[in-house]
Amino acid sequence: MSEPLYADKPELICPAGTPASLRVAVDAGADAIYCGFMGPTNARNFPGLNFSLKEMAKSVNYAHDKGAKLLCAINSFPSAGRTDIWRKAIDDAVSIDVDAIIIADIGMADYMSKKHPNNRIHLSVQAGASSPEAINFYTDRFDIKRVVLPRILTVQEIKKVHDEISCEIEAFIFGNIGMMAEGRCSLTNYVTGQSTNMDGVCSPANFVHYEEDENQNLTTRLGEFAIDCIGCGQNAGYPTICKGRYNVSHRKEYYAFEEPISLNLTHLLPDLIKAGVTALKIEGRQRSKSYIRSVVSSFRNAVDGYARGETPDISELLALTEGHKQTEGAFKSKAWR
Amino acid sequence: MSVKLNIGPNLFNWSPEIWRDFYFKIADEAPIDNVFLGEVICSKRAPLFYPVLEQVVERLEKANKKVIFSTLAEVTSNIDRRLMNKQTADKNIIVEANDISALQHLKDTPHSIGSYINVYNEDSLEFFAKNGATSIALNPEMPKSAIKQLSKCAKALDVELEVQIFGRIGLALSARCYHARAYDRTKDSCKFICDVDPDGMDLTTMEGQRFLSINGIQTMSYTYLNLVNEIDELLEFGINNLRISPHSKGTLKAAKTFRLLIDGKIDASEASTRLKEEKIDAPFSNGFYHGEAGNEWRV
Amino acid sequence: MNAQNISDLDTSPGQNRLNKANKGGVLRFLPPLPLFTLRPLLTHIVKSIAKKHPELFLRLGNSANKTFLINPTNLPFFLILKPDPKNPILKAHNRRDIIKHDVYIAGSFATLLKMIDSKTDSDALFFNREIVVSGDSEAMVALRNALDDMDDSLASDVAASFGPLAPPIRKIFDLVNKA
Repeated sequence: MSEPLYADKPELICPAGTPASLRVAVDAGADAIYCGFMGPTNARNFPGLNFSLKEMAKSVNYAHDKGAKLLCAINSFPSAGRTDIWRKAIDDAVSIDVDAIIIADIGMADYMSKKHPNNRIHLSVQAGASSPEAINFYTDRFDIKRVVLPRILTVQEIKKVHDEISCEIEAFIFGNIGMMAEGRCSLTNYVTGQSTNMDGVCSPANFVHYEEDENQNLTTRLGEFAIDCIGCGQNAGYPTICKGRYNVSHRKEYYAFEEPISLNLTHLLPDLIKAGVTALKIEGRQRSKSYIRSVVSSFRNAVDGYARGETPDISELLALTEGHKQTEGAFKSKAWR
Repeated sequence: MSVKLNIGPNLFNWSPEIWRDFYFKIADEAPIDNVFLGEVICSKRAPLFYPVLEQVVERLEKANKKVIFSTLAEVTSNIDRRLMNKQTADKNIIVEANDISALQHLKDTPHSIGSYINVYNEDSLEFFAKNGATSIALNPEMPKSAIKQLSKCAKALDVELEVQIFGRIGLALSARCYHARAYDRTKDSCKFICDVDPDGMDLTTMEGQRFLSINGIQTMSYTYLNLVNEIDELLEFGINNLRISPHSKGTLKAAKTFRLLIDGKIDASEASTRLKEEKIDAPFSNGFYHGEAGNEWRV
Repeated sequence: MNAQNISDLDTSPGQNRLNKANKGGVLRFLPPLPLFTLRPLLTHIVKSIAKKHPELFLRLGNSANKTFLINPTNLPFFLILKPDPKNPILKAHNRRDIIKHDVYIAGSFATLLKMIDSKTDSDALFFNREIVVSGDSEAMVALRNALDDMDDSLASDVAASFGPLAPPIRKIFDLVNKA
């Protein structure tokens, strides 16, 4: 057996959209779970998803009893006149002993760093801090302990960032890719009047329509705009604007922004760890608990396997990826840009 | 305080000659106050207009237009970081920061905050004001209720706020270049294909609905923002900086028209008629301001 | 174009699909079935779930007031679900009935059970089009999230109640087979 690749195992950070998913993720071996409160304070504000304060408090106990951490995402941007809701969310999260709060809005980072200076702030991917200068701004002003890097950097760039910053790095390794710069997207608001940045909604369900014609062609629509049209026998999808197919003058029906594929960095895990990533993040708070169980267990095996010096096989993860295609995205090379 | 009418940074890839001539015309003929210059979208484009930058600055300043330099909005690669360093190095110019990384270079230097940095609430506004911002441009998706509230706070903090009133709306940024992608190229191998679309590349849905506009890494509205009917209210709120975002046509007309409107020499209806005379091949929208879908036009 | 209202649904794609389902196959020719015999069974299922999992209804929020039409494509009836916490209803309808609804969900009975089985990724069933949905997407997403929050396997409870040995179901199937 070869030498273990690293002495300190990275943390596996797993998503949970409901208390049941959280328990599943903890039981499957997550080191930490990230989740949010019901309502607009986080970036996965879907109907029926997320936690009440009571549920979050119970979940903190469940996680801590099993040696796992709970990170509370309060990562949307309150608009003027609404900051009291976000401030209360921050105060509530601190009161139930969450292990860190994931924040994007500078006003809220300022609030938290002054009111709760002894509590951990993690900088959300929604803050879009993709350079050492940007990250250092946040560590200097708000003493952030960790930055969740945007999914647009190559492994080499991550290493460079690591060498020039003082806080920990958390990087996405699996799940839906959002290639639009996070925290700065008004596409949903342009179509629906509800804002991703201010209300935490992306392609909100109440504007989603599925229309099947007599030939079983399915048009998925957000508001009045057709996002995709899928033929009989082809896989359906949720009409996320940046995953749709569109026309330009010289090209028809193509994925103008991104194909609906999933990030899967299993084979890059050792490189990421060498580059200085301390926490590995799985995307998917809106996914089912059976999905979470499968993904978390597989990555638990992978991380443990690499730590022992093995090369684990995670081929079953392919079946779980959106659209059944996977990519290593920007992480491998700049050709993805 | 008088109301300033400003021309935002050109967001598109125009040839240096066209870029220069555009700004010469603005200098000579546009009744505006501030002009923003600088490459906001793609670090690859910046060197293209360096040869004509100095002449443009000189002409604008001679015409009593104040020049402010806008930085890049998304900073990731080494080229981006080097450009950002360059854009913020000169302490004798006024810089509009469009990415947080700029602020690391602008410590102790008064500066503007561009609409690409999220200032959505009172707490953020206060932070940036105390951090040295003298002027803040609001994100175009802000509804009027928030604009009104922020304007009150800004006044107390002695910071000016700016609202975009005309031109396509920037809706998203990405590390991926969508112009290059449309031609099966990457950002590195793009051959500057974005230069074929002076106002963005039209994107329609599979049903032919006119939906968005692509400008390199930026996704914009298909519609042109037009707050001609909302100027009175903005002025009432205390907003004293109004920004027109440049396009290949209509910018000078918009500058003249909005100036007359602000000065009370024509009313909104007359202003609206004049703006329509430019026959811009895209509908107008004002939905965001009214808290509605951004593509909509509220009468 | 907002989420459809009940009154719009007679010509909605959901109703069109219903009409098509009603037209297709041998099920179309059935005489009206004595579905009232299923009533105690279905009522028992929905009320015991409501009792065991009150948080399911809280999670549904406003969508608890909606009507969900479930089409088990290989069974001779439709199901109507109204998850009102004060008076939850689950009942069967003949396929020829015109049923006003907010959400339409169709799939084979086995697939529908998989959808509520905590061991299955229900999203995959949707992506693969084994489940077809239309109507009020907000209610659909809320129901999906509410169901996913349940630890126990709702599916095995339901399957047990619906099992071929359950007398009311047996009688219905016998009638279908004779037709």
